[in-house]
Amino acid sequence: MSLTVALDHRFPGFTLEVNFTAPPGLTALFGKSGSGKTSVINAVAGILRPDQGRITSGEITLLDTAHAINLPPHRRRLGYVFQDARLFPHLTVRQNLNYGRWFSPKTKGPNFDDIVVLLGLNALLARRPQALSGGEKSRVAIGRALLSNPALLLMDEPFAALDEARKAELLPYIEALRDHTQIPILYVSHALAEVARLATTLVVLDQGRILRAGSAADLLSDPDLAPALGLRDAGATLTGTLIAQDADGLSQLQSAGGPIWLPTIAANLGTTLRIRIAAQDVILSRTRPEGLSALNILQATISEIRLSDDGALIQLAVGSEHMLARITARSAKALSLSPGQPIFAIVKSVAVAQTDVGTR
Amino acid sequence: MPNWFTLADWFTADEWRAVALSLRVSLWATVLSLPLGTYVAHVLARREFWGKQLLNGLVHLPLILPPVVTGYLLLLAFGRKGFIGQYLDQWFGLVLAFKWSGAVLAAAVMAFPLMVRAIRQAFEAVDPKLEQTAGTLGASPLWVFVTVTLPLILPGIIAGAVLCFAKAMGEFGATITFVSNIPGQTQTLPSAIYTFLQVPGGDPQAFRLVLVSIAVAMFALILSELLSRAVARRIAGR
Repeated sequence: MSLTVALDHRFPGFTLEVNFTAPPGLTALFGKSGSGKTSVINAVAGILRPDQGRITSGEITLLDTAHAINLPPHRRRLGYVFQDARLFPHLTVRQNLNYGRWFSPKTKGPNFDDIVVLLGLNALLARRPQALSGGEKSRVAIGRALLSNPALLLMDEPFAALDEARKAELLPYIEALRDHTQIPILYVSHALAEVARLATTLVVLDQGRILRAGSAADLLSDPDLAPALGLRDAGATLTGTLIAQDADGLSQLQSAGGPIWLPTIAANLGTTLRIRIAAQDVILSRTRPEGLSALNILQATISEIRLSDDGALIQLAVGSEHMLARITARSAKALSLSPGQPIFAIVKSVAVAQTDVGTR
Repeated sequence: MPNWFTLADWFTADEWRAVALSLRVSLWATVLSLPLGTYVAHVLARREFWGKQLLNGLVHLPLILPPVVTGYLLLLAFGRKGFIGQYLDQWFGLVLAFKWSGAVLAAAVMAFPLMVRAIRQAFEAVDPKLEQTAGTLGASPLWVFVTVTLPLILPGIIAGAVLCFAKAMGEFGATITFVSNIPGQTQTLPSAIYTFLQVPGGDPQAFRLVLVSIAVAMFALILSELLSRAVARRIAGR
């Protein structure tokens, strides 16, 4: 089941004009603040009524201005996780979680106990929202949205108010939702690392328009798009299979470019993982380097070079995947890089943060 | 030594009739105006529409107008020959002027602004985002009101009711203009005080009723203040 969105809306001094499809999986709406991300998600929720537009969720038409169809929010069967958790202060956690279930269709929805276990809410059920930490509130808000048995999940920077440690704790829950439910997830974010970890589809918004939309892996490794995503944050994702936990605190993964060692990853052997490698953490070498402290030396082929005033962005083909390297124009020239050349990409194990490794 | 539990030791029959009538009038005025007061408070707090200021002004008018004017207007409208009153009489056999039911109407109209103000403040303290969230979880607007808004503002509604009751207990000008001052029928507590003060030697009787008035008013003000704080606490989730 997928979501299609076509919108046209004029705000004072700002026009929103977008058209995209969100297939099952997680579609990230990425852009700077003011790019229109939240307006898009609000239009899907029925909170914002666009001047013109058509939105369908699977078989159901949520909005069609041409045919005067505009379902009110409560009939759109969606779960909306807001930036501020917005728990009901007069209800306990259990009552908050159950709120949407009173109104959801009687078809079999997610099991209460399963969600409580998935989100680790057991100890919180009798409490009031006031007595919860920020991370706990977010988890309850996610659980409440899921238990309303939605056909579509909307998340507007659900972790914006949380510190890195809390965020790292919650990201696996989102991955689990993405991988184990068939519900399309529309996820608003302005944090590229979060997007790289979670998104299967990426929609990049800029000033109310779509800059690019497509597979997250493709867009993140596109050197032409990297400046718009933010050069310092730019970086592509590789997949690897966890094959060994070494005694000296490293985990070994098998990737298309060769073995990758990373600081211990808590996952079962055989798990396929997605690793985000920031473009600026990649060193390129024409020959296989020796006597080097960096552990990860991946075999790749240069597939694209983009030169600009900000330096060079090199896209590397690693098997069927791509990664991105950001180097200076001088280095690019000194190495006389050109497309088709074989090259070694060097990545320090410790350059990959714990939050940069997620499930596929 | 007086028996503390017998009303007769406290009030004469005339006095007690006035107090009892006032209690009855105030109770009815409060109960009958509560649904409309809640609705108007909601409209004023949450909706934008043409003529909102007009409605706001209309609701508050009895607070500012001389009560005798309000009473006179009620007489014009609801008197036996009034433009509303004549139909009430013809169709329902309902006559308000110079009846205790008229005193209910006068008290309700006079107390309405206070009730609306208290409830409106409670509505305004509720974050509309919470109501919006309930909508995304599948609750229709009516259910949102019943399950989110109403529980959060309930103390505010009670505060509005208490203020309304207290104001109704004290209403004098509009009441005496509209329904006069007939002992046992329309002689409310303030009317009785007024009457006693017109009679030589009536001061002690008046004074007991004055104490009752002060007690009711004070109790209502304190209670409504406590309830308003309860709204704030509920909304903060403490």
